[in-house]
Amino acid sequence: MDYSFKFAALWRYRDEIVEGVLLTLQLSLATMALGLVIGLAFAVMRKAPAAWMRAIARGYVEAIRNTPLLVQLFIVFYGLPSVGIRLPANEAALIALAVNLGAYSAEIFRAGIESVRVSQVEAGRSLGLTAGQTFFHVVLFQAMKAIYPAMASQFILLMLATSIVSSIGATELFHQAAFIESRTYRSFEAYALITVVYLGLTLVFRAFFSTVYWAVFVRRPAR
Amino acid sequence: MIRDFALADFGFLLMAARWTVLLSLAAALGGGVLGLAIAVLRIVPVAPLNWFAIGYINLIQGTPLLGQLFVLFFGLPLFGLSVDAWTAAVVALSLYSSAFLGEIWRGSLQAVPQRQWEAGAALGLTYRQRFSHVVLPQAVRISVAPTVGFLVQIVKNTSLTALIGFVELTRASQIMTAATFAPLTVYLAAAAIYFVLCFSLSWASQVLERRLHVAR
Repeated sequence: MDYSFKFAALWRYRDEIVEGVLLTLQLSLATMALGLVIGLAFAVMRKAPAAWMRAIARGYVEAIRNTPLLVQLFIVFYGLPSVGIRLPANEAALIALAVNLGAYSAEIFRAGIESVRVSQVEAGRSLGLTAGQTFFHVVLFQAMKAIYPAMASQFILLMLATSIVSSIGATELFHQAAFIESRTYRSFEAYALITVVYLGLTLVFRAFFSTVYWAVFVRRPAR
Repeated sequence: MIRDFALADFGFLLMAARWTVLLSLAAALGGGVLGLAIAVLRIVPVAPLNWFAIGYINLIQGTPLLGQLFVLFFGLPLFGLSVDAWTAAVVALSLYSSAFLGEIWRGSLQAVPQRQWEAGAALGLTYRQRFSHVVLPQAVRISVAPTVGFLVQIVKNTSLTALIGFVELTRASQIMTAATFAPLTVYLAAAAIYFVLCFSLSWASQVLERRLHVAR
């Protein structure tokens, strides 16, 4: 092997990498917020009394979960202009990611709601709580505790998946790797370095999520 | 050359989908063999081997598949291995799948209640007999549904190999878009093909889950 690795050549691009990290964080957080709202809406629809609403919710979840994110992204970015909807790369990326996350979080919400036993609701009501109080003080907390770990790992998968939007030219961390590669011709070093930066992000996310879990669900007395 | 999207073009996409299927099979096979090794390394009572497996799983699950693809595509040639897009795709997808399959299988093995080991011991079975005749058959039953479910992820993830230039369904759609200039139709058609592949697997996973859990 006569290739000499030159990771040092990447040092002058540290500002670009930091910028990429911030953009990826920004995109991930925006997607999480939007995806949670979409997911909750469709999880509620899955429980709707009207059959057609349940059918729409199920169709959405199955369609999204059984097709690749990359193709969904291409449909939004390259396909929608055919019907007059033209979106800049960053917005197309956010929409495709949020619609994708929405389907997964809808399923997680649904499982969480179903995991709370009926007897818990009955216990709440027999203690004299109103339906609203039972939902907020009894069901919601337990459902959130059940949902949290699955949602946290879904968020990490999402953060890693944001790398895919570089393919339509949206600006985030992986996009910076392509930029550095084009300037230095150090393809391997650029992509290896950026991949390691993602690993760092994953570890930070994991630490953050488990700290929050501990603070919210473990430390305080059972309710 | 701009022309309308015709039935023959859909045939072109179907032909390309064969590569998606083939790549998925190769990745499932490679990932399965490696994943088995990872699951074993993860549970054998030798601490350094456990650490190695945990480190490997964290490395793979903590980085984007796209990064792994690019690192292998550009990295393997540096070690004197001539790498085309197909090889890089198979290697990257196998490594990626092995980390997830390894964890699924470890979970399945550990989901078999400890009592089953004890019952085997009480009957005078050796460790190997307990493992292969008592625990393994039950673990396999538990693991079938999530394993088939993970195949859906593999099929979907093969789409990323389009970005290193491997001509499977997604890359073929890009090529077709350039020829027909009907991106919405082409990508929706590609999505439909992916849906048929993945939904059959999802459905099979659900059926297997219901059927294999009857005894529990």
